[in-house]
Amino acid sequence: MEKYNRRSFLKSSTLASGGLLLSFGWLAKAQAAEKVETLDQWNQLTGYIQITPDGMIKILCPNPEFGQNVMTSLPMIVAEELDADWKNVVVEMSTHDNVKYGPQFTGGSNSVRMYWKPLRTAGAAARQMLSEAAAQTWGVPVGEITTKAGVLSHSSGKTAKYGEMATKAATIAVPKDVKLKAPKDFSIVSHSKKNAEGLKVVTGKPLFGMDYRVDGMLIAMIQHPPAFGMKLKSFDATAAKKMPGIKDIFSFKLYDDGFVQEGFDTRTFNEMIAVVGKTTWEVMNARKNLKVIWEPITDTKEIINVFRGGKTEVTVPGGLESTETQLAKMKEMAKLPAKELRKDGDPEAAFKNAATIIERTYNAPFLAHNCMEPMNFFAHVQDDKALIAGPLQAPGWMEPTLAKVLNLPADKIEIQMTRMGGGFGRRAYAQYAHEAARISQKLKAPIKLIYSREDDMTYGIYRPMYTATYRAALDANKNLIGFHVTGGGIPENPVHANRFPAGAVDNYLAESWEIPSNITIGAFRAPRSNFNAAAEQSFLDEVAEAMGKDAIELRLDLLKRAKENPVGKNNEYDAGRYIGVLELLKEKSGWGKPENAGKKRGVAAYFCHASYAGHVVDMVMRDGQPYVETVTSAVDCGVIINPDAARNMVEGAVVDGIGQSFYGALTHKDGAAEQSNFHNYRMIRHGEAPKKIDVHFVQNEIDPTGLGEPPFPPVFGAVANALFKTTGKRYYNQPFTTEQPKS
Amino acid sequence: MATYNLKINGKTRQVNADPSTPVLWVLRDHLDLQGTKYGCGMAQCGACTVHLDGSPVRSCSLLISAVGKAPITTIEGLSEKGDHPVQKAWLEHDVAQCGYCQSGQIMSAAALLKTNTKPTDADIDAYMSGNICRCGTYLRIKEAIKSAAQQ
Repeated sequence: MEKYNRRSFLKSSTLASGGLLLSFGWLAKAQAAEKVETLDQWNQLTGYIQITPDGMIKILCPNPEFGQNVMTSLPMIVAEELDADWKNVVVEMSTHDNVKYGPQFTGGSNSVRMYWKPLRTAGAAARQMLSEAAAQTWGVPVGEITTKAGVLSHSSGKTAKYGEMATKAATIAVPKDVKLKAPKDFSIVSHSKKNAEGLKVVTGKPLFGMDYRVDGMLIAMIQHPPAFGMKLKSFDATAAKKMPGIKDIFSFKLYDDGFVQEGFDTRTFNEMIAVVGKTTWEVMNARKNLKVIWEPITDTKEIINVFRGGKTEVTVPGGLESTETQLAKMKEMAKLPAKELRKDGDPEAAFKNAATIIERTYNAPFLAHNCMEPMNFFAHVQDDKALIAGPLQAPGWMEPTLAKVLNLPADKIEIQMTRMGGGFGRRAYAQYAHEAARISQKLKAPIKLIYSREDDMTYGIYRPMYTATYRAALDANKNLIGFHVTGGGIPENPVHANRFPAGAVDNYLAESWEIPSNITIGAFRAPRSNFNAAAEQSFLDEVAEAMGKDAIELRLDLLKRAKENPVGKNNEYDAGRYIGVLELLKEKSGWGKPENAGKKRGVAAYFCHASYAGHVVDMVMRDGQPYVETVTSAVDCGVIINPDAARNMVEGAVVDGIGQSFYGALTHKDGAAEQSNFHNYRMIRHGEAPKKIDVHFVQNEIDPTGLGEPPFPPVFGAVANALFKTTGKRYYNQPFTTEQPKS
Repeated sequence: MATYNLKINGKTRQVNADPSTPVLWVLRDHLDLQGTKYGCGMAQCGACTVHLDGSPVRSCSLLISAVGKAPITTIEGLSEKGDHPVQKAWLEHDVAQCGYCQSGQIMSAAALLKTNTKPTDADIDAYMSGNICRCGTYLRIKEAIKSAAQQ
């Protein structure tokens, strides 16, 4: 939890037209807040909460929206503590300013988690100030004032709407202490509210970066190398430049030589060709007429300021990689000694003394995010300032690099956050924003860079390619006495060494290895977790089978051990909450009930991003293909802000998980991505989604934990386990539909 | 370059464009109608769905020169105030997550209900199979279509 000094955290002032403006300066933590000392300076803050004399309440959403519904849920938190009438609340996306609005980062299932307390505090403070204003006006003790749905009341019968007291409230000192509501008293939070931008979405309003335009704007596209491991040698744009509508064609470097990359600056291809013209179609056509010669790269050194790490020199290997050779390399690497991440007890002895050893290896390919809105960005760079706008999950992380790329002070760069047509992690790596900025700077004109679907899918920043080998040691009485996981990946390993079943098994070993690659990778809706949940949860199914135990009972037994007498000290998860989710899942799915005996069911549960989620998947064969017909889901993510939207998120995670596990794969041949558009990258479609997804939440008063990612990983494992029940075969390699399973 | 008089959302709009230009880019770049979305450019995702003479078409693969006199309706022209039964049903079921594909989904759904007033689940699956939703809102889309069918 961020610590802040409340005196510098909140500041009130009067709106120009009267009314209350309650401003925040809570992040950039104290240092930024302390710089702002006079009222004049505070007045420049635009704040989270504005109450006008006519009673309209405007709440700014600090975080970028990519479909997780923060534009509704974050303002709901403010409105709850404010006791606002939700009907009178207007929600707007804030501008980008990390000093005023905090981290403004959408990712890691963090939005609600990181804003929960600050937003509640702000709402409660505003409510107290309004109450104080009413008390002074009416000459009664503030303790006798009550608030409800935007109305202040006193037992004498006096009432006033918030708007009537807003101007006076602006003169009241910000309270030193605010009292937050008990969750049982919530009337907005935990009560479903419709998407704040729903009407704009269904009427096709220009909300997205792709829709951004200004007068005189040009369209730009890039031509990137056709394969990873290739770079630009030379090009001839003579014919392309003569095509209608074309303004300019030039090559440019994303980052200068020796540039120190920040952790989220991804240099997939450093030199590209920009084609700029009047309209998208003209640019697309001209691009086809470029004559380009590409050449292989050699090993390249990059200096990266690793996120939460330090400056590291990384060697990006040359070579044109193919999926087949990558798989072979991984198999070889898996035979070599790996890096030990965690060891409890004496796993070597446990395996030596085991009566039975179960060993299984799982593989998963690179995945492309395939956000429906391809990457794009608007930039208008002038000599002394820049306006940039588009889809960004983490604008604050992109800003320092933009400043360096453009050689402009960060405060001269205005960033506007557009609604994102999906993100899934991809838009935390906004090299496309830097490309747009480069192109605009060179042309001295406003441009919008658009990636074609093919550009988007073949550009990299994929979910890494992973493998893991799991081993379980059982004694003669079929007790689990040892557990061993070795995970590897290209170029990142998937292992979470301190997660379940660590803490539940006396003798435990987790190891990892990595193979460098020139194929770039990034976050993908909990990339490591979604692989681990598939592998580990399938493996546990086989272990339960070998032990003669029910799949859920085995997990519960292990979790009870981890709860009552945990092994080791660094276990990341709360075994009690994990048990709670499994118990709820068992109850709601009717697990083990006679009426469900004929069903082909798979179960999996997983912990990530501080939340717990599990699914029971019921599968049938339909037209000769496995089909997930119904799903029961249980999630513990603490207090639910917007229940219907939360259910939507879980339903989406289930559909996404079925689609990715069945069909998702981005493969390579000689460095080139073998999939480039939706004709050869299969996405789950209407008829392949389940008929029913029954979502249940554990009801508790725990501060909210993540929801965007947690329900996604366990889908993979539940699908794998249901496949076994449906087909009698175990599936070890994703995507499952293309695997030829061994009997 | 050639001049075309297109009937779009009840108005005649004059456009100068190369005959090979897809209607998608005419709408977006020439006419500033941004509701019709680019997703794939090869009629695989349905984000660009519009109605041509009442039937759903993928505007990314429909050339301007092939439109002739057929009227085009885009999401902006589906209703005056967002109160087409399909749009209302989308709001009632709070369908959207990111929302990018939804104008295409809505245009396909509106076309479906014109020819089939009581679609079954199988009818909806078949008709809507060309519209991808990456966020996975398919179940809500189906419920919304069924709600709209009752209007």
